[in-house]
Amino acid sequence: MEPAEPRHGRLWMWLDQRVGLKDLEKLARKKEIPVHRHGIWYYLGGMTLFLFIVQVSTGILLLLYYRPSAEEAFESVQFLMAEVQFGWLVRSVHSWAANLMILTLFVHLFSVLLLKAYRPPREITWFSGMALLGLALGFGFTGYLLPWNELAYFATKVGTEITSAVPGIGQFAGRLLRGGDEVTGATLTRFYGIHVAILPATAVALLGLHLYLVQRHGMSVPPGVEREGGASRVMPFVPNFLLRDIVGWLSALAVLAALAAYFPAELGKKADPFLPAPAGIKPEWYFMFMFQTLKYLPSHILGIEGEVAGILAFGLGGLFLLLIPILDRRTARGQPSRLFTWIGIAIILYMVLFTILGYTASATK
Amino acid sequence: MSEHVLEPGPDRRGFINWFLGTSAVAFVLSVVYPVLSYLVPPRVGESTSGTVTLPLKPDDVKPNTGQIFKFGSRPGILIRTASGELRAFSAVCTHLNCTVQYRPDLSEIWCACHNGHYDLNGKNVAGPPPRPLDTFVVNVRGAQIVVSKSA
Repeated sequence: MEPAEPRHGRLWMWLDQRVGLKDLEKLARKKEIPVHRHGIWYYLGGMTLFLFIVQVSTGILLLLYYRPSAEEAFESVQFLMAEVQFGWLVRSVHSWAANLMILTLFVHLFSVLLLKAYRPPREITWFSGMALLGLALGFGFTGYLLPWNELAYFATKVGTEITSAVPGIGQFAGRLLRGGDEVTGATLTRFYGIHVAILPATAVALLGLHLYLVQRHGMSVPPGVEREGGASRVMPFVPNFLLRDIVGWLSALAVLAALAAYFPAELGKKADPFLPAPAGIKPEWYFMFMFQTLKYLPSHILGIEGEVAGILAFGLGGLFLLLIPILDRRTARGQPSRLFTWIGIAIILYMVLFTILGYTASATK
Repeated sequence: MSEHVLEPGPDRRGFINWFLGTSAVAFVLSVVYPVLSYLVPPRVGESTSGTVTLPLKPDDVKPNTGQIFKFGSRPGILIRTASGELRAFSAVCTHLNCTVQYRPDLSEIWCACHNGHYDLNGKNVAGPPPRPLDTFVVNVRGAQIVVSKSA
C-alpha cells in the first residue's frame, strides 16, 4: 500500500508547479534498501561519495593559497601551513580524506567483488566503478606532487618513468605526462591542471553515471542471500537508510578532524633535482604493494627488463579485475562461483601482504 | 509479393549521408588534431655540451665519499674511491630514473628508491637496475675537475 501523501505548504506547491518537486519526491520514496546480514557493505559507496565531497570542498579552499610553479609551490604550502588561519587543518583534512577515500573505495570494490554484485545487469556499474578507482589513483598521484617536496619529486620521477617503460607508446605517454623529458616545473603545472580540472570534471561525469545505474537497478542482493529466499524485508532509503548514512558520515568527519589534529600533514624538504633520492623513500600506501613488488623483481625476467615485466603484469591484473563481470560466467548464470571468490580473496591477501612488507622489510638490505 | 517504393534517387540520399558523415569526421579531426598537438610538449634544445667543469676542487672530495654534480640538465655523481681515485658516472639510476648516492659503508653506489646497487665501475650488481650507469671521463687539471662524456 502506498503511504499517505504528505501535506505540503504553499512554497512547496509553488516550487512544484515550476520545477516538479513531486517527481523527485516519488523518486526518493521509490528507493528501498534490502535488509540482510551483509547489509553493512551498502554503506561503503556512500561513505566514499561523502569523502569525495570533502575532497572537493577542501580542495577548493586550498586553491585560494596554492601557487602551481616549481619556484613557489613549496613556499605557498609552507605559508598555508604556518601563517594562514586553519590552513594546516584544511590541508590535513584534504590529505587524510584522500587516504580514507581510497581506503573506503577499496573496501567498497572488494565487498562488491566478493558479494558478486557485478553480475548482470550491473556490469556497467562495475566498469564505471573501476574507472572511478583509476581516477582516484590519478588524483592521488597528481596531488602528491603538488607540494613540490623531496618525496613527491622522486615518487613522480619513478611514477612517470614507469609510464615510459610501457612498451610501444610508453615514451610518448611519459613525455606527455611530464610535459617534457624530465620532471620539472612543467610537470607540476601539468599535474595541477589534471588534478584540479581534468580529473574532477571526469569524475563528476562518471559518478553521475555510476549513481544513475545504482538508482536504476536498485541494490544488489548477494547470491547467497538470494538462494536462501532473498532479503526478509526492505527499508526505505528516505529517511531510514539516509539517516544511518548520515551517522556514518558524521563519524567519518569526527575521525578526519581527530586525524588532522593529531597527525597533521607533513611537508618535508623542498625538492632539489640535484640531490640523491633520500633513503626510506616510499610512495603513498595504496601504491605500496606495487612498489614493493618492483623491488623484489630481478633485473631481467625471460629476457625482458624486470620492471617492464612487472608493469605488464600489473596492467594485465588490472584488466582482469575490470573484466571479471564478463569472465565470471557461473555467477552470471546464477550458479555459485567459488573460483572467483578465491581469486578475490587472493588479490586482497596479496595486496595486504605486500603493503605490510613495504612498511616492515628493510629498505637498505 | 514485394512492394516497390518509388524513392526519388536513393543515390542522392546515399550521397548526402556520405557527404554529411565525412564532413562530421573532418570537423571532429579539425578540432581534435590541434588539441592533441597542443598537449604534446615542444622539444627544448638540450645542452649538447659533453664537458662540464665542476664547481668542486679535487681536495673537496675525500676518499670513500661521493658528490652529486650538474651535468647539463641531469645529475652526475663524482666518487673518490678508498684508494684515492676519482670516478664519475651519470647519477640517474637505470631502473626508474631516481638519483643514486654513494654508500661509504658498502663502498657501492646505491639507489634508495628500489634498493639498486652498483659497484665502483658503475656496474649493476644487485637489485632491479637492468644496466650499468653511464660512465664519464674525469680529468684533473690543476685545481679543476673536468668531467666529459666518454666517446
